[in-house]
Amino acid sequence: MAMNYNAKDEVDGGPPCAPGATAKNRRPDNTAFKQQRLPAWQPILTAGTVLPTFFIIGLIFIPIGIGIFVTSNNIREIEIDYTGTDPSSPCNKCLSPNVTPCICTINFTLEQSFEGNVFMYYGLSNFYQNHRRYVKSRDDSQLNGDSGALLNPSKECEPYRRNEDKPIAPCGAIANSMFNDTLELFLVGNESYPTPIPLKKKGIAWWTDKNVKFRNPPGDQSLEERFKGTTNPVNWVKPVYMLDSEPDNNGFINEDFIVWMRTAALPTFRKLYRLIERKSDLHPTLPAGRYYLNITYNYPVHSFDGRKRMILSTISWMGGKNPFLGIAYIAIGSISFLLGVVLLVINHKYRNSSNTADITI
Amino acid sequence: MWRWVRQQLGFDPPHQSDTRTIYIANRFPQNGLYTPQKFIDNRIISSKGYEDWLRHNSDNEVNGAPVYVVRSGGLVKTRSKNIRVGDIVRIAKDEIFPADLVLLSSDRLDGSCHVTTASLDGETNLKTHVAVPETAVLQTVASLDTLIAVIECQQPEADLYRFMGRMIITQQMEEIVRPLGPESLLLRGARLKNTKEIFGVAIYTGMETKMALNYKSKSQKRSAVEKSMNTFLIIYLIILISEAIISTILKYTWEAEEKWDEPWYNQKTEHQRNSSKILRFISDFLAFLVLYNFIIPISLYVTVEMQKFLGSFFIGWDLDLYHEESGQKAQVNTSDLNEELGQVEYVFTDKTGTLTENEMQFRECSINGIKYQEINGRLVSEGPTPDSSEGSLSYLNSLSHLNNLSHLTTSSFRTSPENETELIKEHNLFFKAVSLCHTVQISNVQTDGIGDGPWQSNFAPSQLEYYASSPDEKALVEAAARIGIVFVGNSEETMEVKTLGKLERYKLLHILEFDSDRRRMSVIVQAPSGEKLLFAKGAESSILPKCVGGEIEKTRIHVDEFALKGLRTLCMAYKQLTSKEYEEIDRRLFEARTALQQREEKLADVFQFIEKDLILLGATAVEDRLQDRVRETIEALRMAGIKVWVLTGDKHETAVSVSLSCGHFHRTMNILELINQKSDSECAEQLRQLARRITEDHVIQHGLVVDGTSLSLALREHEKLFMEVCRNCSAVLCCRMAPLQKAKVIRLIKISPEKPITLAVGDGANDVSMIQEAHVGIGIMGKEGRQAARNSDYAIARFKFLSKLLFVHGHYYYIRIATLVQYFFYKNVCFITPQFLYQFYCLFSQQTLYDSVYLTLYNICFTSLPILIYSLLEQHIDPHVLQSKPTLYRDISKNRQLSIKTFLYWTILGFSHAFIFFFGSYFLIGKDISLLGNGQMFGNWTFGTLVFTVMVITVTVKMALETHFWTWINHLVTWGSIVFYFIFSLFYGGILWPFLGSQNMYFVFIQLLSSGSAWFAIIIMVVTCLFLDIVKKVFDRQLHPTNTEKAQLTETNSSIKCLDSMCCFSEGETACASVGRMLERVVGRCSPTHVSRSWSASDPFYTNDRSILTLSTMDSSTC
Repeated sequence: MAMNYNAKDEVDGGPPCAPGATAKNRRPDNTAFKQQRLPAWQPILTAGTVLPTFFIIGLIFIPIGIGIFVTSNNIREIEIDYTGTDPSSPCNKCLSPNVTPCICTINFTLEQSFEGNVFMYYGLSNFYQNHRRYVKSRDDSQLNGDSGALLNPSKECEPYRRNEDKPIAPCGAIANSMFNDTLELFLVGNESYPTPIPLKKKGIAWWTDKNVKFRNPPGDQSLEERFKGTTNPVNWVKPVYMLDSEPDNNGFINEDFIVWMRTAALPTFRKLYRLIERKSDLHPTLPAGRYYLNITYNYPVHSFDGRKRMILSTISWMGGKNPFLGIAYIAIGSISFLLGVVLLVINHKYRNSSNTADITI
Repeated sequence: MWRWVRQQLGFDPPHQSDTRTIYIANRFPQNGLYTPQKFIDNRIISSKGYEDWLRHNSDNEVNGAPVYVVRSGGLVKTRSKNIRVGDIVRIAKDEIFPADLVLLSSDRLDGSCHVTTASLDGETNLKTHVAVPETAVLQTVASLDTLIAVIECQQPEADLYRFMGRMIITQQMEEIVRPLGPESLLLRGARLKNTKEIFGVAIYTGMETKMALNYKSKSQKRSAVEKSMNTFLIIYLIILISEAIISTILKYTWEAEEKWDEPWYNQKTEHQRNSSKILRFISDFLAFLVLYNFIIPISLYVTVEMQKFLGSFFIGWDLDLYHEESGQKAQVNTSDLNEELGQVEYVFTDKTGTLTENEMQFRECSINGIKYQEINGRLVSEGPTPDSSEGSLSYLNSLSHLNNLSHLTTSSFRTSPENETELIKEHNLFFKAVSLCHTVQISNVQTDGIGDGPWQSNFAPSQLEYYASSPDEKALVEAAARIGIVFVGNSEETMEVKTLGKLERYKLLHILEFDSDRRRMSVIVQAPSGEKLLFAKGAESSILPKCVGGEIEKTRIHVDEFALKGLRTLCMAYKQLTSKEYEEIDRRLFEARTALQQREEKLADVFQFIEKDLILLGATAVEDRLQDRVRETIEALRMAGIKVWVLTGDKHETAVSVSLSCGHFHRTMNILELINQKSDSECAEQLRQLARRITEDHVIQHGLVVDGTSLSLALREHEKLFMEVCRNCSAVLCCRMAPLQKAKVIRLIKISPEKPITLAVGDGANDVSMIQEAHVGIGIMGKEGRQAARNSDYAIARFKFLSKLLFVHGHYYYIRIATLVQYFFYKNVCFITPQFLYQFYCLFSQQTLYDSVYLTLYNICFTSLPILIYSLLEQHIDPHVLQSKPTLYRDISKNRQLSIKTFLYWTILGFSHAFIFFFGSYFLIGKDISLLGNGQMFGNWTFGTLVFTVMVITVTVKMALETHFWTWINHLVTWGSIVFYFIFSLFYGGILWPFLGSQNMYFVFIQLLSSGSAWFAIIIMVVTCLFLDIVKKVFDRQLHPTNTEKAQLTETNSSIKCLDSMCCFSEGETACASVGRMLERVVGRCSPTHVSRSWSASDPFYTNDRSILTLSTMDSSTC
């Protein structure tokens, strides 16, 4: 049966050419396209057709919104400002440049335990990583291990391109200003010894960045040899090949470095610092209780009114804690539903008149 | 043996400061006065290259036409563009003159030739031109060699009917001076007729010919849409510059503080620090301009051009604009003005050939107070005749019977002639008058099939081809022939008439030519019997007062009745002259004709003297058949709010009667007249009176009749008053208009305060200037050459096509381009405003939000196709509804879709959408939280990409909301654009591009898509954006529906569903194959051949809603 239909369709539904077309040469072809008669769906936005859409949007969006909102609310997050501008703050002493190295400790309490993987971020405010001059100031081929660019970095890196006639590796303002505070977390337990929380420093950068985009210069020698002929950025104490002890987290592929190199969109931003993996299903990763944060305070933000924060957060499937999306869904869903009701009333009220109303000439 | 003709300066005419010198060149090419033949000047090389190319092709055809020029004592074949002033040119029969020539000689002894100027002034009669006697004898190339002459003439001027000059011929060392007038000038563009060949000297060539001077230079026409586009552009430029200025100022306020200008982590280079402040300021300002420049939709111009060019094909393809009989389809010469067709407020139309077929047909006559109708070559009396109706009728029957016989068996019959002559004395005389009193020429062409003479008669009896100075005359002579009194020819002195097969010779004594003051003509003939007769023919107003005998009153009534039917009427009268009378006439005529001074006045006096005491024979009524559906079209135009003006060169009475019959004037209309004004003050008085009448008379509609002379008076001093009167008249008729006057009227309307959009329709070369003056010029591809069609913006075959052209094509094009323009501005606002907002968060450092590749491709790839396809295919209402409801045209009048209000709506919509994209994304990341399930962070490029993705989807779906006509192409490009964006982004972000300096976008898009929140955010932002728009649309439609929206509703129950429309193309069939039985329904419904198109032609012009409904359901059921 279906075969039959198909055969028939091909016969008269085939090329859209009418029999009359051949009658005269100059006669325009009677095809659907040329005669602007292509079969077409002609939707019209009337109250009648839109009404159900409004209700459907309302009915779908409100539950989604509630779901997202609840998910977001279940996320635990704590933010600790350790800038030290407040004179009472333990880190206040570190504001003066004389104290080096400066180590300060901040106590805090978790009211509720953090379950699952916990993510440790550092946050900076008033730091314009999105400034054009700053964003440009990097050399992606150098970071990708290109040996030519290693010794002759891109001009974009100016004024962080060369130091004392030696090319800087990694060059540019972004690399030069890499965040260099060290944060350590301790749980103050019942025992007198505070327990250090194990912080994992791998897995904080995008996999593709770490494995493809960022590469150390090629070669079999030691990392130091491979970076030979370059110098460290002016603000760095150590050269790039001494960022970490582990060889797969050293040089350009150091994850702290990679994270820093992904410039933030806004002047207040967070960057992932460490992971705190959950130990087992039985114990929470970070049980409620008192903690202290040990900071090696190196990074100056005072000069530009910046703030420094440490954030501990759990994560849902949709990221960190932000009620905005949930609220937006609930709001739009409700408005849609309300408008649907309004339209229903209007439609009902005006139905008779609009149906009989003819075109006024 | 050399000869050239020199020319000299210093010839008089008072208003002509200089004359030109012409060298007749048979041998040597001249250095001076070389004007290349260029047909229509089209110098502007623009994007309209294709159209120009087409036009140039036709120019080349004319320029390259071969002509024969006398050089070196022989004929040389050359191209017409090589003709130089002074060349002697040979023209053969039926050729077109390639330049303005002074006639030297023809193949006739008297040096006369006939030409037709149909393509110049629309007059189709044969005109006789004569050569100076001294040159007329030079009929061979060899003899022309002996000519030594100088021509002095005016500098070129545009007036077709004015020419002054003289020829100084040197013969036997003696200079003979001969005056040259228009009668010896052969105009370029005219065609030689009935004459084997002529020789002439070219005196004006190329752009100096009268024809070329009569063309207004082809100016580039710009449509109202383009103008408002430019206004919008200026507004956007202002937005752009102010955004840049704001940004620059804010940048410097921020940078005043060191900690923002140069924090420790972001130092400047030495060079940047040391550059001068002013230079930095300027470069910053320019950098912002570059950053925001995308707000100016440059691609808009490309898209608009493309849309216009491609879109214009639909006009040519339209079968409804195709004229079966002549095989002509509509032509688009200027695609620039497509949308202007939807904006027309005034239509100026020519009458003859545009409203009418330009085919005169004898319909009725009144003989001796009895009305007759011609039915199939027989005269049938109309209504009861007072006496002897029987006899009269039987005579007529027998006459026509004989007539029929004569067709078949020539002149081999003979039936009681004396009986006939008695019965039909009046008729006989009447038709004799008809067949004698005229200037019709005969050419016995052995059907050579060229058939360019519009009036060539094609009726069988005698294989005669009549050429007449007016189509009416031809129709009359033909009618007489059908009745049985056949005019078979005239030689010098005699006219031969075959009465019922019996040849009679009349000696032609005098012709008193037609002139427009007398408005009649007469002939004096000597009948075979020897008596001398005067036959007069003319408008009833000029004949009846001169009559002393005959049924004057009855005829007058009949004439009025004819005129009411829209027939063109002429009265016939005669007078018997005694030989004494004739002698006096002859003498006085001779005196007047040979008078050296005041010849015209003297002639007029003599004519006055001769044409008096006439005996009325009767009246004729000739119909110039109206074109098909002219009345409906005019009515529809009026319903659409368009004012129709008829501009014609015709006389007042004819023009009014045609206006009445074509529905331009109604019986109920109060017809005001402004005619025959002689002086300024009189005219002003008349105008004031008319203005008063308009306010006082309580008639709904007024019609105004103006004639050319009154018009020029009215326009000279009393423009405002005149325009005031015109605006209050729903129909205006201008008669006796010269071509340039027509253009002047249009210019006047164009520059009146409302700046209305004008459209001119015409078919003849006399309409060209008006066609070029109007905003939109439409040429009718009629019988009078193709000048009008070639110079028009659009050419159609029939007047009735105007309604589809305006109401359907014009409406569509307007809606399409208006939406196109608005949408382009909208999408660029959406595009660039987030960029602007981002500057507030990056210290006005000119950091881009989007990657540079996205910046480039946004307008080119991601958002260009849906709007282009929309602007080609959109049909917001069914075309049949549009055509049957002309009032819908009012919905788009005055450029409504591009008014400041709608423009603001779109712009504000664009801004609000941009705010939603930007701040939606901004709040989504909140305090810069992670959006990924693994806690990792996004950077600035991901943020920008999120904004960009939302934007591409929103902008595309917004286009989808605007689309009312979803064909498979729309589906393909709309959804295809979004899909393409995703595929492209995945690909672009998927690899490290070796040749790019920065790898900013590496894996950014993929990471973005791996975030659940990003997906939810995209959905909510797109929905929110469109929500605003949908709510506005729905409420508007619900609370204040426009007529268009109501009309859309009436046809909503038409056929095709969304799914069907996608499955209707070949790929779709396979794609839908699995749908099995549904496929059959779908394809069945969609196959174009099933859609019956017949009803568009057959359905009545005005259909009410119900019939539309039934028709559309029928439509859907057939397919």
